[in-house]
Amino acid sequence: MQFNFDSTEPLYLQVADQLEEAIFLNSFQEGEQVPSTTEISKQFHINPATVLKGMNILVDSGFLEKKRGLGMFVTTGANDKIRTKRQDEFYADFVSNLVSEAKKLSLPETAIIEMVKRGFERS
Amino acid sequence: MNAIKVTHLSKQFGKQTVLADINLTIEPNTIYGLLGRNGAGKSTLLNLITNRLPSPAGMVTIGGGNVTNNDALLNRIYMMSEANLYPSRMPVSEIFKLTADLYQGFDKDYADALVAKFELDPRTRFNKLSTGYRSVMKLIIALAVDVDYVFLDEPTLGLDANHRQLFYEELIDSYAERPRTFVISTHLIEEIANVIERVFVIQDHRLMINDTTENVLQEGYAITGPSTEVQTYTEGLNVIGRESLGNLLVQYVYGKLDNDREIPDTVTVSHIDLQKLFIYLTSQGGHREI
Repeated sequence: MQFNFDSTEPLYLQVADQLEEAIFLNSFQEGEQVPSTTEISKQFHINPATVLKGMNILVDSGFLEKKRGLGMFVTTGANDKIRTKRQDEFYADFVSNLVSEAKKLSLPETAIIEMVKRGFERS
Repeated sequence: MNAIKVTHLSKQFGKQTVLADINLTIEPNTIYGLLGRNGAGKSTLLNLITNRLPSPAGMVTIGGGNVTNNDALLNRIYMMSEANLYPSRMPVSEIFKLTADLYQGFDKDYADALVAKFELDPRTRFNKLSTGYRSVMKLIIALAVDVDYVFLDEPTLGLDANHRQLFYEELIDSYAERPRTFVISTHLIEEIANVIERVFVIQDHRLMINDTTENVLQEGYAITGPSTEVQTYTEGLNVIGRESLGNLLVQYVYGKLDNDREIPDTVTVSHIDLQKLFIYLTSQGGHREI
């Protein structure tokens, strides 16, 4: 797990995002236990309350579940859920930025579509 | 467990006002950062709260009980500071014993474990310790005493990067193991920013900020863009500092933005980190031209 923090977003949201990314990339497998709040706080020098707040977002989204006395575990189906969530957010996260930047640069729609096609062909 | 309440605390040294009418509450089980420029009055505040200095004006209470000369209440507080209160020729191990006698519940095993981790030789006499190792020794005591409130005044003084990292880890570990309150006064804001839940900023002898770190960071903005657009957008807002590079201007704002104002395409609004925010909040009319 690699944490990169910046100041643009509240820290607890960054904790949630980074954990979500780690689950999505299978750094933590479904059914597997994730590090405890204390372990994460200790390693990244983050207040345990902040880490917990971030983890609870993932619990609310159904990506993590709390097993009493044991700790936090990745739920079954978490990976699919994260994929669906990100697909839903794709327009807001990427397409609207792409279009607004394209407009700033006076790039027409056709040119953008052409570039997207090129991108798909290359990968 | 009860909160510490500080009401109308003031202090003067001669004619010099060091603290003016400080009011604040220190809640149980919370990690606080106490920030301020040199000479702002941080150490004085900590010395007053812990009853190391007499407070001629104002009051400090724990659960309603005045702490002044109240040993039972003062035993729930520990303060680590630059002051060297130990017999200079006493070895570290003897200092630990002395502390164990004074503070019931001193965790000797934990102290020993920390001594090993920090590679401190317990046979060394106090006056033979380097500045860094004096801090290490005091930190070990501060973490090992069984109290509800720990005040750390410049805990990382003289510590190298490895020891600072170890300290932050041990602090969090110890806090998770046995939740209690830490109030940490430091100039190394970047290192502590994510650790502290709440922040006090003292400026011009007064309490300027008393809020959660999250809220403070949410209120700090950098507005970047062409000079005219940025000035129009930030007009009437609480601008605490600015930087300019040719026609490009960054205005730092603390407080709410005007949501009714449209942000021009050429202007970017972003948040800033705690250290930068602190620098601009505590320097008068900070304008840096590059």
